[in-house]
Amino acid sequence: MKITGAEIIIESLKREGVRHLFGYPGGVVLNIFDLLYDNKDIQLILTRHEQGAIHAADGYARATGKAGVALVTSGPGATNTVTGIATASMDSIPLVVLSGQVPTMLIGNDAFQEADIVGITRPCTKYNFLVKDVKDLSRTIKEAFHIATTGRPGPVLIDLPKDVTSNKTEFVWPETDIRSYKPTYEGNKWMITNAAHQIAKAKKPVIIAGGGVIISGASKELRELAEHAEIPVTMTLMGLGGFPGTHDLSLGMLGMHGTYYANMAVQDSDLLIAIGMRFDDRVTGKIEAFAPHAKIVHIDIDPTSIRKNVRVDVPIVGDVKRVLTVLNKVLKEEVKEQWGEVRKAWLKQISAWKAERPMSYTWSDEEIKPQFVVEKIHELTKGDAIITTEVGQNQMWAAQFFKYDKPRTFLSSGGLGTMGYGFPAAIGAQLAFPNKLVIDIAGDGSIQMNIQELATAVIYKLPVKVAILSNRYLGMVRQWQELFYNERYSYSHLDVIPDFVEVAQAYRAVGLRATKPSEVEPVLREAFKIQKPVFMEFVVNWKEKVYPMVPAGAPIDHMLFEEPEKKEKKLKAVK
Amino acid sequence: MRHTISVLVENKFGVLSRISGLFSGRGYNIESLSVGETIDPQISTMTIVTTGDDWVIEQITKQLNKLIDVIKVVDMKELEHVEREMVLVKVAPRQQDKAEVLNLAEIFRGRIVDSSQKTYTIEITGDEKKIEAFIELMKPMGIKEFVRTGKVAIAREGMKKKG
Repeated sequence: MKITGAEIIIESLKREGVRHLFGYPGGVVLNIFDLLYDNKDIQLILTRHEQGAIHAADGYARATGKAGVALVTSGPGATNTVTGIATASMDSIPLVVLSGQVPTMLIGNDAFQEADIVGITRPCTKYNFLVKDVKDLSRTIKEAFHIATTGRPGPVLIDLPKDVTSNKTEFVWPETDIRSYKPTYEGNKWMITNAAHQIAKAKKPVIIAGGGVIISGASKELRELAEHAEIPVTMTLMGLGGFPGTHDLSLGMLGMHGTYYANMAVQDSDLLIAIGMRFDDRVTGKIEAFAPHAKIVHIDIDPTSIRKNVRVDVPIVGDVKRVLTVLNKVLKEEVKEQWGEVRKAWLKQISAWKAERPMSYTWSDEEIKPQFVVEKIHELTKGDAIITTEVGQNQMWAAQFFKYDKPRTFLSSGGLGTMGYGFPAAIGAQLAFPNKLVIDIAGDGSIQMNIQELATAVIYKLPVKVAILSNRYLGMVRQWQELFYNERYSYSHLDVIPDFVEVAQAYRAVGLRATKPSEVEPVLREAFKIQKPVFMEFVVNWKEKVYPMVPAGAPIDHMLFEEPEKKEKKLKAVK
Repeated sequence: MRHTISVLVENKFGVLSRISGLFSGRGYNIESLSVGETIDPQISTMTIVTTGDDWVIEQITKQLNKLIDVIKVVDMKELEHVEREMVLVKVAPRQQDKAEVLNLAEIFRGRIVDSSQKTYTIEITGDEKKIEAFIELMKPMGIKEFVRTGKVAIAREGMKKKG
């Protein structure tokens, strides 16, 4: 029996196990939307902007590990997803984006709502397709999911001309075999053994865990490695949650806003075991001065990540989980080293660094410190929440003062640094986990970039909580201007911000506000009880800065710290 | 260092743009690029001449390999191979130089593929040095225009990898 392209799309999505789509209708995708009208298996979440849809699909993907799927129309519908596609691309997030396209006859004619979205997204997708023949449709969708979710994951876009969705053909569900796409999963055994011997020899080893640990589902194997060989673990922003933040061996995050002890340990180490990370400039600081004494073992599924930015002594291309499984086995069965004495000195040194400069901020009785809000969220949730962030100071405080113990609980735009990501991502995560507490830690600048999605949260009864650290500034920009531009706050002051409580109420959500430190906990407690989306505005000290900070281009052990205030101060240390 | 990289790709629309986009997006340099179908019409070979130090060339080959449509990447530097390029040179010699132009074309085993009252168009095939040498010799004769195909390269049969 012949069925239409639109029917093939729905059937193919069903076979890929898709239950939720995020999207927005328009002229050329109406054939597909018409089928969704009474479809019982697939629910479409209608966002208020295509950027909301794509970030929500991304949040859904990060929280679950499955591909997030978005469906948008041609032209502006498709171009509105570009920021979200680039966000997912930089952070290796599996997405399948279905974009409508003008009928094949009109392609290239500058038709109404036509955009060359395949051309536009070529550099920011893992792959993209333009389907010109309905006979290619099911195979294309299957390949798209395969490419998006395997190897180093990433976004894949399928451009669907309107006539392809109405043309008919027999439905076939083919086997996927892409001869030119064969990711390497098994690490080279000889290299892994070499790495094990490096670990056996090392006196001051450090593990740097990146997002690859989470993508690969290798938290257990990583913990086994760290505990067995007694190696402290630092994480990149993308790696947070890959290793328990409350673990004794955790050094927290490294890099530009990393902890003092993580950066010191990396710079002093004689062996770095880099796992599923890519030595981003925010991690390495000045590359020539990065970890000058260390040999580097680098495990990554993407060969281009290896030797891209730093020299590598032991390169291992493969899936992190499989490589670590073998590495742990070799360490236990072949190397059989006992590290007790060797590690003692190194772990003692690290404890000394931890004691010397723990993560801290100056407490105030009058004004809310943003770090205090994040710390309270951690305390009240006992870490059992999914945290999303926007980008800027809010993101860094969320990374520094909340301890992530489980993978897929910290969703943040790391590579691209997309403001406006956190709120729609929280909506996507909440849809995937209706019973979890999902909290977007936001700034008053970022939240306004996709604030319209409050309607989506309300309509679909997704009780996302948004903690707005409100300082009337684009805080990170202001911080750079204060430190490096003679306090010339060029266009970083927001002047007027909306009354977030009233905004929430206008959307039939709940709005709460805290202006004093004593109000923080009551507001959080109340918000967590409410089964509705809640905006919490925390009016925070506007001069607060993110510390430690490594100035751009400096080595990562050249950190700036909070200057002690002249007045009496109470330094509050975080465990 | 200059490298000739041979890339086997799926013969689909958009592949050329993925490859050229990779080079431009990451700031790599393309000196020449030529594309043609292989014996299997679903597969094309691209011969790319590029420059860069070892790190850059390693990244280029890895990045090319990462592209979904790329089946195989060979850096010809690692193999004994033959390289050829073709050039069409249109010269407008003075009357007294005409014989010399024809003579040089003969020496370089070129062919006259077009002639008019004032011009000859000469086809020369060879490696880069030969092409360059011929162009140098033609310059004083009055080159009106020339076009080069870009290099193609193929590995010698039965030869082991270099080094």
